[in-house]
Amino acid sequence: MSFEPSERGSGGGGDRPRRSFGGGGGGGFRGRPKSCPFSSKGAPKIDYKDVHLLRRFVSERGKIVPSRITAVSAKKQRELTQAIKRARFLALLPYADKRGGG
Amino acid sequence: MPLYESVFIVRQDVPAAQVETLAASFAEIIRAQGGQVAKTEQWGLRNLAYRINKNKKGHYVLFNLDAPSAAVIELERNMRINEDILRYMTVRVEELETGPSAMLRKEERSERGFGDRSFGDRGDRPRRPRSDDAAPSSPTGDA
Repeated sequence: MSFEPSERGSGGGGDRPRRSFGGGGGGGFRGRPKSCPFSSKGAPKIDYKDVHLLRRFVSERGKIVPSRITAVSAKKQRELTQAIKRARFLALLPYADKRGGG
Repeated sequence: MPLYESVFIVRQDVPAAQVETLAASFAEIIRAQGGQVAKTEQWGLRNLAYRINKNKKGHYVLFNLDAPSAAVIELERNMRINEDILRYMTVRVEELETGPSAMLRKEERSERGFGDRSFGDRGDRPRRPRSDDAAPSSPTGDA
């Protein structure tokens, strides 16, 4: 009658092969392919006015997050740093925030 | 003529209407020097990330300029003199944005998308076919 194992094959259709899992270790950032968030095609422009975007590359404390963690390319990191510093000057981002650790 | 973006912050206790006349007078300075103001944007009264001259808030105004450098020098000289201006910054750009800047766009944009998981948060765990349970009907999304 009905054959159960045949259902199993169609289940995992949406698997993305890009994820590499080899990383391991205590870094806490494993399982994510490293690619620069600004170098892909539809990537956002780095702009000192885009506070919402810049916020993600700044720690709780207000420090710029190193590119080895965010996977931003060296060239884009230089741009990003410039943009964050401009945003700080205009008081759109803090130079230092007391809340949070770091 | 070179292109510039100029942002300045006006003291919080200046009424909004006066900010606009102030912006208009600065635009007039640019025009008097042979430049053009391609766009003026009022970002309104925003919280400052830190206090500037005891102010916690400020009115932000952005100018997109197509003007000779002399006009920018004159504009900045006037901003320095005016005590209602907390801060100003003029940046030379390769090209001017035509639409509304990121500051005005972000209000309608939600947290989704490229947004909230650029780092720190790990992505979905890839599903692994297992022999002991038949295909799960719904993929388990991340939090």
